[in-house]
Amino acid sequence: MNEIPLTHILFVSTALFFIGMYGLFTRRNIITMLMSIELMLNSVNINFVAFNKYLFPDKLDGIFFSLFIITIAAAEAAVAIAIIINLYRSHNSIDVDDATEMKF
Amino acid sequence: MMINNFFILLRQELILSVLIFLLLFIKLGKDRSNENILNIINVALFINLAAGFCCMHEGSLFSGMFTTNALVAFQKNILNLAIWIISMQSFAWLKTHKHVIEFYILLLTSLLGMYFMISSGNLLMFYLGLEMSTIPLAAAANFDLTKKKSSEAAMKLIISSAFASGILLLGISFLYGTSGTLSFEILPAHLGNNPLQIFAFILFMSGFAFKISAVPFHLWTADVYEGAPVAVTSFLSVISKAAVLFAFGTVLYKVFEPIANTWYAVLVVLSFATILIGNLFAIRQENFKRFLAFSSIAQVGFILIGLSGSSQAGLASLVYFILIYVFSNLAAFGVVSLVSALTGKENIADFKGFYKTNPTLSWVLTIALFSLAGVPPTAGFFGKLFLLMAGAAKDNYWLITFAALNMVISFYYYLRIVKSIFMEPNEQPIQKLAIPVVSKFAMYLCVAGIIITGLASVVYDYIYSLSFGL
Repeated sequence: MNEIPLTHILFVSTALFFIGMYGLFTRRNIITMLMSIELMLNSVNINFVAFNKYLFPDKLDGIFFSLFIITIAAAEAAVAIAIIINLYRSHNSIDVDDATEMKF
Repeated sequence: MMINNFFILLRQELILSVLIFLLLFIKLGKDRSNENILNIINVALFINLAAGFCCMHEGSLFSGMFTTNALVAFQKNILNLAIWIISMQSFAWLKTHKHVIEFYILLLTSLLGMYFMISSGNLLMFYLGLEMSTIPLAAAANFDLTKKKSSEAAMKLIISSAFASGILLLGISFLYGTSGTLSFEILPAHLGNNPLQIFAFILFMSGFAFKISAVPFHLWTADVYEGAPVAVTSFLSVISKAAVLFAFGTVLYKVFEPIANTWYAVLVVLSFATILIGNLFAIRQENFKRFLAFSSIAQVGFILIGLSGSSQAGLASLVYFILIYVFSNLAAFGVVSLVSALTGKENIADFKGFYKTNPTLSWVLTIALFSLAGVPPTAGFFGKLFLLMAGAAKDNYWLITFAALNMVISFYYYLRIVKSIFMEPNEQPIQKLAIPVVSKFAMYLCVAGIIITGLASVVYDYIYSLSFGL
């Protein structure tokens, strides 16, 4: 069976990263923006695991790094959701266009 | 021997962790008055600062994950000093607050993360430290739970910092893919003018530029500074910026040394844009915290010029300037936080005729603004002089001239405030404020620092002897 080449995997991860970035810039719902950021972080995870498997199979650095990224993304999401709940209490909305107290 | 080393090299981190646990126990124990708790914390932070100065050894732990030396220990001491001053200054605000201990736990956890970031010897450790320092800060920015602005600021901070760390991570993953290592010791040997590595470096640099709010990435700064409580704003603008800049200096000089030409060009562009935009936007601000935000953006531009000198003097002037910046910025924030805690006023227009009612505070604020602007007898002048001298080592005189011209622009907006404090009449000036003793002590400490660090040449000589260049 033919193995999938590294470039294919890198293509997927890069596409995922920029889909995430596009979502972050165009979506106005904060929860969706948070999901876009998760996409970006997960694409980096794919990168790390792929590099580790294809280029440096005798090391574990990349796999460890992706484990830590998953953990930190969870922590970040927890704090972000707490902040969003508080924002909802004060603004009655989780749309970034409604949070316009401060500009320029 | 091994255990001994562990306790000596990690002592600053261990003391902070003990302090965090102590706070948890105080929280669980019997009810104490806020004043009592604040006094305990201030004394503990002073002990923390004093303990930092003993035995500044060199060494590394956890197979190179954690490295420290005299310069790193000194940088951590600057941060210790800053948190001690901030804690004393926010006394008036925290005295009546319901959640004092949680506030300190958040700030100290963030500080602990910064320590690990500064002394990291590995990209994994570096990333963990960076995240550990930003996530609690976002929660702290939301500390005025009922204020609309505060929750908006926290939302902007967490979204933009998560985005920045996403970009930084992509950079790190490409660095790992092209070199096969994450260690700061081995990485330089694998770096070259490989396009993918340059791209990875640019991504890495953008993540950094977000955290230090250099110009194309500065848009979150002013909003977050305005919305967050003043104590958190001063923490963000002084400590968090200083910590990232220290880490930036070591990473550029140690790890990215083989591609110094690339990062020199990037630094020149960043510092040019940062100084110009920071200055121009500072002119039109009405809110004092927002004004200080843009002034701190402009200061970062000057720091980047010093850093671009890539010599021993470059690193030394960076550390020296940040020491001065701690004193002068915290003196300004101290006055603003006192006024904001006692009267709720934060606009520059409210400070008209401030001298009539509060002469002491006016003088402190004036000296701080003079130092930020860089008027000669104060330390700010010497700090900027050394930064520009270090930058001039690259013979890039148009950039230095441009920076010097921008110092003149900055005089306009700093002195405008001094003018309104001393000369402009006001029907309803801020009434005479009762200053708590600790806040007064912190202000005098800052003023003494502003004058002494500039005039005593031992300080710069000492920092220079600790630093290293390319």
